[in-house]
Amino acid sequence: MAKIHVTTTINGEPMEYLCEPNDTMLDALRGPLGLTGSKEGCSSGDCGACSITVDDRLICSCLMLAAEAEGHELRTIEGMAHGEQLHPLQQKFLEHAALQCGICTSGMLVASDALLRKNPDPSEEEVRFWLAGNLCRCTGYDKIVRAVLETAAEMRGEIKEAAQ
Amino acid sequence: MADIRYVAPRSLDEAIGAFAAAGSAARILAGGTDLLVQMRSGIVKPGVIVDIKGIAEMTDIEETADGGFRVGAATSGMALYEHLRFGKVWPGVLEAVNLIGSKQVQGRASAGGNLMNGSPAGDSVPAMIAAGAIVTVQGPNGRREMKVEEVPAGPGRTNLKPGEILVSFALPPRPPGSSDAYLRMIPRTEMDIAVVGLGVSLTLKDGVCTAARVGLGAVAPTALLVEPAAKALIGTKLDDAALEKAAEACRAACRPIDDKRGTIAYRIKTAGVLLKRTTAIAAKRAAGK
Amino acid sequence: MNLVTNNKWIGQRTIRPDGMDKVTGRAQFAADTTMPGQIWGKILRSPHPHARIRSIDTSKAEKLPGVKAVVTSRDIVDFTIEKGAVMLGIQDMRWICRNVMARDKALFPGHPVAAVAATTEAIAAEACKLIEVDYEVLPWSIEIEDAIKPDAPVLHEFNKFEGKPSNIVGRLEHKKGDIAEGFKQADVVIERTFTTRPVHQGYIEPHACLISVAPDGKTTIWSSSQGQFMVRAMTSMLTGIPQSDIRAIPAEIGGGFGGKTIVYLEPVATLLAKKSGRPVKMVMTREEVMRATGPTSGSRSTVKIGATKDGRIVAAHGTFYLQAGAFPGSPIRGAAGCSFTPYDIPNLLSEGFDVCSNRSKVAAYRAPGAPIGAYAVECVMDEVAEALKMDPLDFRLKNGAKEGTKAAHGPTFPRIGYIETVEAAKASPHYAAPLGDGHGKPRGRGVASGFWFNAGGESSAQVNITEDGNVVVTTGHPDIGGSRAGIANICAELLGIDYRRVSVIIGDTQTVGFSNLTGGSRVLFASAMVVTQSAEKVIQTLRERAAKIWNIDPEAVKWEQGAAHPASPNAGQFPPLTLEELAEKAPAMGGPIGAGVQLNTQGADGGFGTHICDVEIDTDLGIARVIRYTAVQDVGRAIHPGYVEGQLQGGVAQGIGWALNEEYIYTKEGKVDNPGFLDYRMPVCSDLPMIDCIMVEVPNPKHPQGVKGVGEVPLVPVMAAVASAIYNALGIRFYSLPMSPPKVSAALDAGMKQAAE
Repeated sequence: MAKIHVTTTINGEPMEYLCEPNDTMLDALRGPLGLTGSKEGCSSGDCGACSITVDDRLICSCLMLAAEAEGHELRTIEGMAHGEQLHPLQQKFLEHAALQCGICTSGMLVASDALLRKNPDPSEEEVRFWLAGNLCRCTGYDKIVRAVLETAAEMRGEIKEAAQ
Repeated sequence: MADIRYVAPRSLDEAIGAFAAAGSAARILAGGTDLLVQMRSGIVKPGVIVDIKGIAEMTDIEETADGGFRVGAATSGMALYEHLRFGKVWPGVLEAVNLIGSKQVQGRASAGGNLMNGSPAGDSVPAMIAAGAIVTVQGPNGRREMKVEEVPAGPGRTNLKPGEILVSFALPPRPPGSSDAYLRMIPRTEMDIAVVGLGVSLTLKDGVCTAARVGLGAVAPTALLVEPAAKALIGTKLDDAALEKAAEACRAACRPIDDKRGTIAYRIKTAGVLLKRTTAIAAKRAAGK
Repeated sequence: MNLVTNNKWIGQRTIRPDGMDKVTGRAQFAADTTMPGQIWGKILRSPHPHARIRSIDTSKAEKLPGVKAVVTSRDIVDFTIEKGAVMLGIQDMRWICRNVMARDKALFPGHPVAAVAATTEAIAAEACKLIEVDYEVLPWSIEIEDAIKPDAPVLHEFNKFEGKPSNIVGRLEHKKGDIAEGFKQADVVIERTFTTRPVHQGYIEPHACLISVAPDGKTTIWSSSQGQFMVRAMTSMLTGIPQSDIRAIPAEIGGGFGGKTIVYLEPVATLLAKKSGRPVKMVMTREEVMRATGPTSGSRSTVKIGATKDGRIVAAHGTFYLQAGAFPGSPIRGAAGCSFTPYDIPNLLSEGFDVCSNRSKVAAYRAPGAPIGAYAVECVMDEVAEALKMDPLDFRLKNGAKEGTKAAHGPTFPRIGYIETVEAAKASPHYAAPLGDGHGKPRGRGVASGFWFNAGGESSAQVNITEDGNVVVTTGHPDIGGSRAGIANICAELLGIDYRRVSVIIGDTQTVGFSNLTGGSRVLFASAMVVTQSAEKVIQTLRERAAKIWNIDPEAVKWEQGAAHPASPNAGQFPPLTLEELAEKAPAMGGPIGAGVQLNTQGADGGFGTHICDVEIDTDLGIARVIRYTAVQDVGRAIHPGYVEGQLQGGVAQGIGWALNEEYIYTKEGKVDNPGFLDYRMPVCSDLPMIDCIMVEVPNPKHPQGVKGVGEVPLVPVMAAVASAIYNALGIRFYSLPMSPPKVSAALDAGMKQAAE
């Protein structure tokens, strides 16, 4: 099989890699790109642990071919913090104990971030339905939802935009 | 091991060329939310993957001069949601497309992929049937149109000819007083395949239903257009007797199976329940117009 | 033992030490690890539920380009049946050996039969297809009632029950008093039979490992497991490599809940690595996890409870049949031993039966056996209370176990917190709140209690002071619930320093002393004990160092707020010596400051919980939703309240799934029909309400911080609480789980038909 050479942008950085035609984007992230923050829980789009955004759209990276990334802008969990500066969601997850084993956390944070970019003032119900595609078996979701709601409130109260 | 190729054509002609040339070894890639799962589990082993998302006609949403819509077959649910007008005119079709999977899946999944996957339970299909959608397909022998309810042939199969690609859905202009709705029964609140799915599109004039279409999914080898249910609604004020008659028509139309998602008896009962609820929502929306 | 009551860090919601890595995606789970030259392993699995393996021909697979090694059961050390049990903890290695790879018989679809390592996953998978296995297909049974029929196909021919070959492979009983006499005194007797389906622990991270074996046998294992020492021991026993040559490193673990307390992949990957000379990585697919690991038992229980008209339980009898799967070992101990334990019952017989059948071998799942038994007992308790016209919580108070009650499983209770949980439930805002208007959907409320043994067991820790005056704590148990956070709080408290100066890490088998599994709700209990003793030794050293500097007796030195002080004005006027100062002086003052302790910790007490559940039912569709939930639990001491609440909330969520939608569904061919997250329906975020927690603290007097295990109790009462709530809403009792929409709908229709007649 001839490998495909892909040039793309991930977390604001130009990146390139080789992939098989039937590799998923998750395979590419965790393999040649060494970005293991996105996790593989099911490979069938049912658990959300592999969530990333492509051109600002939230997707499961296990449901996208690695070859499709050509020319697009991807964001993964690795791009959420900026050096030592955590994204408010990441900080709130820590403060609220909104994670236990941590395997769902990357996907949960990427999905939550996508929600708040679209809807800065979600209700509890909206948060819950938005995150329905992110399975968590440890927390029962309670503290995750609280962390997202409190982050949203805090971010609405801030005057300055978070760093890009 | 078999070779596999990935191609991303920029024009429909190029796509048809590649698709037809590879014959049964080819698969169209839109959102990939069915194809990649099937590839991973080994059910499907394509020789050529034809990614059609680079073709404008397949991902555009266009309002036609007569007030209808033309929606590219590979348009994602999210893109449809973000369109400023589509959801106002066709809230039922929009909610049906956006009940497929999770938000992540909706970022990729399309009504075209949903229809072409041929699952009897595909959420968008009953709503498209109720809407009276006409699909445009194109193949080596040219372009043609089909009623959307004519597309499904059975579980996993469609009535498109070899080499044909689904291009777009055309939704008709809406007379005033029209709206639609889609409901499905799933055991959880999200993420499940529909145990029963039901779409209703109707027009009300002075409280009387002057037009209606009912699409019913997951209760037969294909999604169904249930004409007797629509007939039972048309000309009535959607009173209890009319709704019960339409519900009975839906129950009678069911040819379901017992499987890991539901029993025959449960599906039949639920079809009737959903008819009443979906009609009520569509009517409320239509009255607001 | 001094109970620590100082509250600077204990009881605080600190940021967990390992949290930063987890929210940035940096945490290394087993599948994230890599080694140079690594290749991939894949397992060939039996398609048949029951088959004799006549021969295996791997020659074609071995010839495929890219294949580096092939393993069959011939490569695995045998633990012969005839030689008798070889126990490692509660696991019999004869069964683990055969579960890791089938020997003469395949006993479930998915049972490993052979394995291949190759340069890519795709080649390894292709090679598996080239392995030719000659099976003699045999009849099979999966469900308990089928497996115990007289003519049922027997999985283990050597096993006899009541003189005949049988699939009943074990029995235990707890007895107290005389139930025949007891029932004679009862005014109300309720007897019911309950069934539950197998459910999976549902951890989001599939099993994974990466293993390298050097030519001299030195083995390095990264794996997702609840016990690196268990991994080392089981791998050693099955491969023949001595334990001292195996370094088992616990990667961060993405959920376990008991399902990762045994090995599946590690011995196989080790042999592949040994044979190929390359590191071998193996990661299960979700489908493999669902087909071939865990789940917990399906069950059939009959419970009979008798009470006098003034509400005293006089007798109880429970018979619990639990499905073990392919090999003996279902958790009858939990079902028979825990289910009646919240109550003081003078006459009791509790029996458990272990039943083998052709499905995957059962694995532990959060209070193994207890949720199954509690579902049955707590539902009958609800019916007895109703027959007596007593409030269900008052009925439990009247019969609640207390200090001095003799539990059926043997011990006489010391000071326990059960009554306190019931009282707290009664006094809770939830219990006082009206159910509210369901707008056409009936609502109902149910309550239930539960108990789990908890455990102590072996633990090792080291507390070392760094040269710059901070602390590194090495513990021995994988952290699945936030134990590192609790340990950091305790250590900071003891040393009187800011908790951010404490680093807590989990050692591997070569860097920390023997520590038993993460399970049994024991990690914080056990590791806190050894960390406390280590810290006390460190403090003693620090006092001696200060004493030397001040030229006074160490007894005249006290340690407070991170520094040594003279204990009284008589000892002298010296400015305090901080931890940093003493650390800096350490080389000149006698050397490194640190201590390690290894113990078989004792004094663990069982835990109790009482839950309140509100449901709302869409009766036309049969869909029940939990709309409010409160979990009350006696937690001993909440060292880190956030992570204690997390255990309660997580257990409740699992129980709601078990009650309403989770179940293993089999095809007519005996295979799992729903081996994925689409149709194995675990609760998603929108399915659940907020889960309120009330933590009752009755400190364990035998523990330095009063800790009791908390992780498992939360799952025990849930299914009964949900079932009783549904009864309260609909007037229909469900004696089988899950209470899924088609079942609820059918029961409602049947009820309506009865009413119409």
